[in-house]
Amino acid sequence: MPQDRPWKSAFSTTLPVMFGYLPLGAAYGILAIDVGVPVWSVLLMSLVIYAGAGQFLAVALLGAGASLLELAVATLMLNSRHLFYGLSLLQPFSGAGWRKPYLIFALTDETYSLLTSQAGALDHAQAFRISLLNQLWWVLGSALGAAIGAGLAFDSRGIEFALTALFIVLTLEQARRLRRGLPFVIALFCGLAALFVLPERHLLLGAIGAATLLLLGHYRYHREADA
Amino acid sequence: MSLTALLAFIAVCALATFATRLLPFVALARQADHPLILHLGRYLPPAVMLILVIYALRDFRPLIDGRLNAAANGWPMLLAALVVVILHLWRRNALLSIVIGTASYMAMVQLGWSP
Repeated sequence: MPQDRPWKSAFSTTLPVMFGYLPLGAAYGILAIDVGVPVWSVLLMSLVIYAGAGQFLAVALLGAGASLLELAVATLMLNSRHLFYGLSLLQPFSGAGWRKPYLIFALTDETYSLLTSQAGALDHAQAFRISLLNQLWWVLGSALGAAIGAGLAFDSRGIEFALTALFIVLTLEQARRLRRGLPFVIALFCGLAALFVLPERHLLLGAIGAATLLLLGHYRYHREADA
Repeated sequence: MSLTALLAFIAVCALATFATRLLPFVALARQADHPLILHLGRYLPPAVMLILVIYALRDFRPLIDGRLNAAANGWPMLLAALVVVILHLWRRNALLSIVIGTASYMAMVQLGWSP
């Protein structure tokens, strides 16, 4: 970790995230304007929520007129994976002082990947710079999208597919890292079953809930088999 | 939607998002290496990702209602998803896969092309 130019070093670390967050943030901004969210709210959401898939979902729920309870449950379920990011950072984040609350707040998938791939013990000041720059790219992307969306400068039909593409890429990366079929078999079963038996608005919740239960069952089965 | 309702909406979403990131740091600090937590931490994220893919592609429902496909954007969606998968397995560049996949979907949808 260079001591003399810490911001420059943080900037080059976050470059790949910048190339991802600017277009994705713009896609979110365009979509939000399209749904009828005012420009200041588009930016406020990127400042205080700061979650890629979460903000796409929030905008979709806003457009569909969902209740606050539905929003809270859907957001908690969608972001439940962050619970497990935190678990592996309990140790590295300890002793981060005043920076710790922001480090936790800004823990997106991409920031998590960057922070956990830093060599050696985590430098809290540098982790803070990386987290801050990542959010800056996200907010700038949202602003760009809001500007494009408000000006109707181009036909944006179909841009929401960026989210689908993101999920596909993350699934492939998870599969490459894990090299186990179990969670994917469970997901395929729960996802397809939910598709056929549940109404659309309960689909995501039902599928993720069922997958969690199956994983708990799998854990207990193995514990008993081992005992 | 009123200003108050919009602000409440944003506040709930912000708090729910922060809660999922904060919870392990306040509640599970001492159980971090419990085998059940490790088990879920290992297998739940990939399962959630694939469920999100299935959810995102839900408009593609062949053979439902006796028709080949229920939604007009179903085939472009599936083809663009294939583009993303093939491109990502080939180049492993997340941004490239997302941009080319989205662009091909937008082109198919905007030109009204569907098999």
